[in-house]
Amino acid sequence: MNTKPKKNSHIYWNPYFGGFLLGIIIIFTFLLTGRGLGASGAMKSSVVTIVDKVAPTHAENNAYYSQFVKEDDTPMNTWLVFEALGVLIGAFISGSLSGRIRWRVQHSPKISSRRRLLFALGGGILFGLGAQIARGCTSGAALSGMAVLSSGGFITMLAIFGTAYAFAYFFRKNWI
Amino acid sequence: MEFLISTSIIPEQWDSIIAICIGIAFGFVLESSGFSSSRKMAGVFYGYDFAVLKVFFTAAVVAVIGIYYLDYLGYLDVTKLYIHPTYVWGAIIGGAIMGVGFIAGGFCPGTGLCGVAIGKLDAWVYVLGILIGIFIFSELYTVFEPIYNGYYLGNITLIDSFEWNPYWTIFIFSIIAVVAFVVADMVRKKIKKVFY
Repeated sequence: MNTKPKKNSHIYWNPYFGGFLLGIIIIFTFLLTGRGLGASGAMKSSVVTIVDKVAPTHAENNAYYSQFVKEDDTPMNTWLVFEALGVLIGAFISGSLSGRIRWRVQHSPKISSRRRLLFALGGGILFGLGAQIARGCTSGAALSGMAVLSSGGFITMLAIFGTAYAFAYFFRKNWI
Repeated sequence: MEFLISTSIIPEQWDSIIAICIGIAFGFVLESSGFSSSRKMAGVFYGYDFAVLKVFFTAAVVAVIGIYYLDYLGYLDVTKLYIHPTYVWGAIIGGAIMGVGFIAGGFCPGTGLCGVAIGKLDAWVYVLGILIGIFIFSELYTVFEPIYNGYYLGNITLIDSFEWNPYWTIFIFSIIAVVAFVVADMVRKKIKKVFY
């Protein structure tokens, strides 16, 4: 007999509660390691690793990859890569508990999945590029930067949100 | 890395384990707050859902108050923490490019990973895009190098830039956040609801 009411998988935490816990995690991270969180760092390590495997001499000669290629160790052995693995595990646990795990393409009913995926790809490319130029993404530069009042962190945050608001009009069909 | 961990309170071998544990907590909180959903995230730019604003600024305010309070109590030395460096034009141009990527893709790297973890195919494609973006940057590094390494002001904080008092800065920052939350709620009541 199944009397348990079906849980609405779209109910999320109160944002202030989530934000409070996230703030505590950031404090804890600074206390333990002296630095903040990050997300794009692990992706950079992945790209460096792939390029180093496919074309080692090219990676050595490139002024950017060569900063991260290590002689006797893989570029994947960094703090941020382990942290990113943790993010995947943590999000999977949270999603499992709320019944949100399934393969799907989420998009507005006004657009096709194909259009959503194309925009996701384009958005990803831009974000990846921008995160390298600014030396960090919303987690590493903006959030962890703001936590220690870094001027660069505040500039990055204002630039990200300011531009996103400025361009929101042109992308409105994708979302509303 | 160089903090409690290397000051021999916690042995270095625990570094990676701690990284995974912090990551799990980070991912869990992001996903539970709804950041694995691009449509929820994009709501902040159209006024139908302000979760991003609320989570992001609450986290920043709690973190900065906590860190400066621990510093005041002497458990931590703010000057020894890693301050994200300020490369003025890198931050502005990189941030602007990320802003367009954000509104086009609906994720940022951290939330993209959350989407990946719960099976959102758009998040998988988004993360693939990030890898391509990083690849493009690296291949064209010589083109971007002047902005990437130029206009460097050091690992400075708002306190150094403007000679503000840190406690007043944090106090005013908190007030701005609270005002933003109130305004956000007022705006949301006026905007047509979007179901996702």
